[in-house]
Amino acid sequence: MKAHLSRLCVLSLLAAILFVAQLPQVAAQGGEPQYFAIRGAKVVPVSGPPMEDATVVVARGVILAVGGKDVAIPADAWVIEGKGLTVYPGLFDGLTDVGIPSASPAQGEGGPRGGGGTPTAKGPEDRPGATPWRTAANEVSLGDKRIESWRNAGFTTVVSSPKGGFFPGQAAVLDLAGERSGDLVVKAPVAIPISLNPSGGFGSGFPDSKMGVLGYVHQVWLDLDWSSKAGAIYEKNPRGISRPRYDRVETALAGALEDHALVLIPANSALELRRALVLVDRWKIPGAIVGAQMAYEVADELAAKKLPILVSLKWPEAEKDADPDDVPSLRDLRFRDKAPSSPAALAKAGVKFAFTSDGIASPAEIVKAVKKSVDAGLAPDAALRALTLSPAEIFGVADRTGSIEKGKIANLVVTDGDLFGEKTKIKMIFVDGKRFEIREPDRPKDPPKGDMTGKWTLKYTTPEGDEETTVDLTMAPDGTLSGTTTGKRGTATIITGYASAEKFSFTINMPIQGNNEDVIFTGTFEKDTMKGSIAVLSFSIDFTGTRPPATAGSISLGGVQ
Amino acid sequence: MRVHSMFRVSLCAAVLIGAVSLRAPAAPPPPDAPPVILIQNATVLTVTKGTIEHGSVLIKDGKIAEVGAGVKAPSGAQVIDGTGMFVTPGIIDCHSHIAVDGSVNEGSISVSSIANIAEVLDSDDISIYRDLAGGVTTANVLHGSANSIGGQTIVIKLRWGQPAAKLPFEGAMPGIKFALGENPKRSNFSIPGREKRYPASRMGVEETIRAAFTEARDYKNAWDAYNKKVAAGEKNLIPPRRDLRLDPLVEVLEGKRYVHSHCYREDEILMLLRVAKEFGFKVRTLQHVLEGYKVADEIAAAGTGASTFSDWWAYKVEAYDAIPYNAAIMTRRGVLVSINSDDAEEATHLNQEAAKTMHYGGLTHDEALKLVTINPAIQLGIDKRVGSIEVGKDADLVIYNHDPLSAYAVVQKTLIDGRVYFDRQKDIAARADLEKEKKALLEKEKKSSKKDDKKDADAKKPSDKPAEKKPDATKPEEKKKPEDMPMMPSADAATNMSSVTGGAR
Repeated sequence: MKAHLSRLCVLSLLAAILFVAQLPQVAAQGGEPQYFAIRGAKVVPVSGPPMEDATVVVARGVILAVGGKDVAIPADAWVIEGKGLTVYPGLFDGLTDVGIPSASPAQGEGGPRGGGGTPTAKGPEDRPGATPWRTAANEVSLGDKRIESWRNAGFTTVVSSPKGGFFPGQAAVLDLAGERSGDLVVKAPVAIPISLNPSGGFGSGFPDSKMGVLGYVHQVWLDLDWSSKAGAIYEKNPRGISRPRYDRVETALAGALEDHALVLIPANSALELRRALVLVDRWKIPGAIVGAQMAYEVADELAAKKLPILVSLKWPEAEKDADPDDVPSLRDLRFRDKAPSSPAALAKAGVKFAFTSDGIASPAEIVKAVKKSVDAGLAPDAALRALTLSPAEIFGVADRTGSIEKGKIANLVVTDGDLFGEKTKIKMIFVDGKRFEIREPDRPKDPPKGDMTGKWTLKYTTPEGDEETTVDLTMAPDGTLSGTTTGKRGTATIITGYASAEKFSFTINMPIQGNNEDVIFTGTFEKDTMKGSIAVLSFSIDFTGTRPPATAGSISLGGVQ
Repeated sequence: MRVHSMFRVSLCAAVLIGAVSLRAPAAPPPPDAPPVILIQNATVLTVTKGTIEHGSVLIKDGKIAEVGAGVKAPSGAQVIDGTGMFVTPGIIDCHSHIAVDGSVNEGSISVSSIANIAEVLDSDDISIYRDLAGGVTTANVLHGSANSIGGQTIVIKLRWGQPAAKLPFEGAMPGIKFALGENPKRSNFSIPGREKRYPASRMGVEETIRAAFTEARDYKNAWDAYNKKVAAGEKNLIPPRRDLRLDPLVEVLEGKRYVHSHCYREDEILMLLRVAKEFGFKVRTLQHVLEGYKVADEIAAAGTGASTFSDWWAYKVEAYDAIPYNAAIMTRRGVLVSINSDDAEEATHLNQEAAKTMHYGGLTHDEALKLVTINPAIQLGIDKRVGSIEVGKDADLVIYNHDPLSAYAVVQKTLIDGRVYFDRQKDIAARADLEKEKKALLEKEKKSSKKDDKKDADAKKPSDKPAEKKPDATKPEEKKKPEDMPMMPSADAATNMSSVTGGAR
C-alpha cells in the first residue's frame, strides 16, 4: 500500500516536471509566482475522502499534486503553511448572470415585446423575447464587480447566462478571474436557459399567458427540426424548390444543441416539476430543471426521469414588510417551511443536483442558504458536492474542474474551518491558479445608529434634469448594507456597503457611457431621512433621501386567499 | 370567513388523497383500488331511468354495478346509509375556468389556437375542491373569450389531490373555444395607449374566423398533397411546416375536435352557424347564448347544443336582451340545453341554478336536473360514461341531504370513479387540526426570525432575507384569478387587470 502510494507520487512528480517543461515561461503578472504549495492543511477534494495534514501543489493554473507529506514541492513554489486551514474545491454557482452586463435595449424582433418601436409580436413566427444568439462567452465583462464579490464569497466558477425573454441566450462555464474577458471562459456553450413565464402582461403582445408561452416554445422546437430537414433536402437539390428561410433564432439554438448544451427548464412547484418532465419528453432535448424547491413532494418522480436539477437557493420566505393582517395560506406556510428540505429529498432519491444562487443579490447569503438545507437534513458532504463537483458534472466540465484532483484547474477556496461553520472565514481563493486574498473592507467599526432597512427614495439633479432612484436596503446587524437600486438608468445591485454610527456608504456598479462604473453613495442618515453625495466618474452630485414610514395596512381584496 | 376555512380543510384532503395516489399503480390490484361501496336506502334520482325511492346503488371497480330497490351488500362492501338522502349523478359543468395555471386567456392575438388549456392544468387550484363540495364531478375547462378563435380546451374530472396528469376525462373529445361579440372585438377591454387589436367589430370577428379556416383548409390540402406524393414513392420532398395554430383547426374540419363558442346575440349566433356550414364543421355547443331563445329553432336544426346561465344578464350591452326563460324556451323548441357556471363560485350551486328553470319556464323536476347532468354529458360527448345513474357508468355520484333542486340541499359526499373525493363530515372534523398546524407554522416562522435577531445584537433585520420577491418561488401565492375575487367577474366590474384578463363572460 505504502509502496504503491509513493510510486504514485513519483509518477505525479515526473508528470509534473514533464508538464512544466512543456510550457513556455511567462512572467507572472502582479508579482506572484505561478507555483504554490499549501502544506499541512486539511484538504477536502470532494472526489475522495478528506485528508488531514495534506499538501496541494498548484502550478501554472492547474493542480500539480495532491497528497500527504511526501508530495514533492517544487523548489520555486511559494509555500503556504496550511495549519488550521481547510482547502476545498472552488465553489460553483450552477446558474447566475454574474459577469454578464445587463441586457442591451430592444434590438430588432428579438427585443422586448412592444418596446422601442418594435411591432408587437403577433405569433411564434415573430420570435418574441428570443435572443439565443447572445452568448455569455462573448458578453462576459470584467467590469462586473460581482465577479469580485462572488469570488470573495468562495465562488471560483459559475454558469452564467444572459437574461431576459423566453430564450435569453447561451450560458457558459466561467472562472471568476482573468486578464481579459476571454480568460474567464472554461466552456461554452453549456446551457440554453429558457423562461416559461409571460412577462409583458396583458396586452403586451404574444405570448401573454403561460399556455401561450408553451405553445410558442413547442413551435420553436418543431421549427428547428423542420428547418434542419428542409435545409438538407434543399441543399441536395435546390432547383425547383422554394428556399427555406433563414432564422437566426433557430440557427443559434440548433448550434448550441449540437454542442450538447442543456436546455434549462424553470420549474419550482410540484405542478411545474411534473410538467417539466412531460415537456422534456415532448421537446426531445437534453434538459435540466432549475428551481425545484418543492422537490420534496416529487423527488421519486424526478429520480425516475434522471434529469439533473439546479436547486434555487432563494428560499421562499415571508414577504418583507407584509401586511400583518394578511395571514398567509397554509399552503404557502408549508412551502416556506419545507422548501429547504428539497435538496435532502433529492439526495435521498438519488437525483443529481447542484445549487444556483438564482438572483440572490449578496453572495454571502448563498452559503448561508445552503446551510439552511443542511439544517433541513442534507448531509454536509452532499451539500458541498452540490456546490462543487455536481454542477461540474452536470455541465460537462468535471474533467477539468469541480474537485481537488491532480491535473484539474486550480480552483480552490481556503478557509479557517468548516465551510458551513458560522464563524468560518474564507482566507484565500485560487482561480485558475491565481491567488486572491480576502480584503477585509476598510470601514469604521461603530455600530449603526438605527436600522437602514427599507425602501428609500433618493432625489438629486443631474445635468439632464431631476432624477429619482429607489434604494431597497437591507442592513445586517453589523451594519453591512445590501440591496438594489432602481432608477431610470436601470436596476443595480449593491456590491459593498455599510452603516456606522450615523454615516453610511454603499457602492453600485452600472453601465455608464458604455463602461461599467462604480457609483458610490456616501452620507449620513437619521431615522427616515438621509443626505449625502453620489460620486461617479469625476462628478459628485448631492442627494436627499426619505423613507416612507411603514405602510399602515394596504388595501386587500376581501378575505379570499 | 367560510371561504377561509374551506381552504384550510381542502388542503388536508389534498394531502390525504395525495399520499395514497402518489404510489404509481404497478401490479394489479393497484393500491388505491376503489372500494366496493353500497349506498343504501336513499332516493336515487337516476335522471334517465326515473326515481327509485328507498333505492340502492352498488359500486364496484369505480363503476355502477347495480341500481335498484333490493340490492344486497356483498361481503366486505363499505355501506353508506342513505336514509333520508338523495343520490344524483355528479354535476357536469359545461363551461368552467377552474384548474388553470396562469391566465385563461392568450389575449394577445385574435386566433390563439396555439394555446392549450390541457398543458396548464393546475391540480392545486382550490376551486377544484370547492366545486367538488358543490357536487361537481366533471368540468369542461375552457380558454377565455378574448379571441375570435381561442385556445384548445379539455374536459376534466375533479379528482382533487391527484396530479394534473390524472385530471383529464379519459377519451373525452378535446375542444376549442370560439368567442363572438364584445369580448373578441375588445369593446370593453381596450387599454389606453396600446395598439388596438383587430377585429374591432362583429364583421371583423366573422372575417377572422373565415380567414383562419381558409388558412387551415389550405394547410390541410398541403399536407394531403404531400402525403399523397410520399405514398406514391416520391423522394426528397420538403414536408409542409407543422403549424400548432392550424393543427387544431384541421381537427375541427375533420370532426376530431368540438367547437364551444361563447356568444350572446341572435345575429352572431346565426352568423357562426352559417360560417360553420360553409366550412363543413359543426358547432358542438353555443356557450352563454343569452339570445338563444330568439333563434332556438335554427339552433335545434343545426344540431347544436346550448349551454346558458339561469338568470345572469344586463352586465353589458350584448346581455341586455337576456331572459331567465331562455333555458326553458330552448328546451321546449328541441334544443339540447345545459346550465353552466363560467365561474368557480357559481359552480358550487349549479343544482340551484338548474332549479330556477322550474320557476322560469316551467320545466319539470327531471328536465331541470338534466340541465346539469345528462344534457351537458351529451354536449361533451361523454354520456356513455357519465350523466346518469345507470349500470356500467362511472360511479360519479353526489349524495345530498335534501332534494338537489331544493334550496336546502347540501352536498354530503361526492364520489368520482367510486372513490369519495369530498366528505362533509370529514371536512368539518379536519378543520381544527389544520388550524393548529397553521398556527404552529406561523409561530415557527416568528421564532426563527426572532432568533436571528437576538443572535446578531441590536439591529432589527436579519441579514439572510433575500429582498426581492421571486414569482417562481412563491408560485402558490400568485393566484389572482377572477374566481378568487370576491365578486363575480362580470365585464363591467372589470376595473382591475385580473378581471380584464379573465374576460370570461
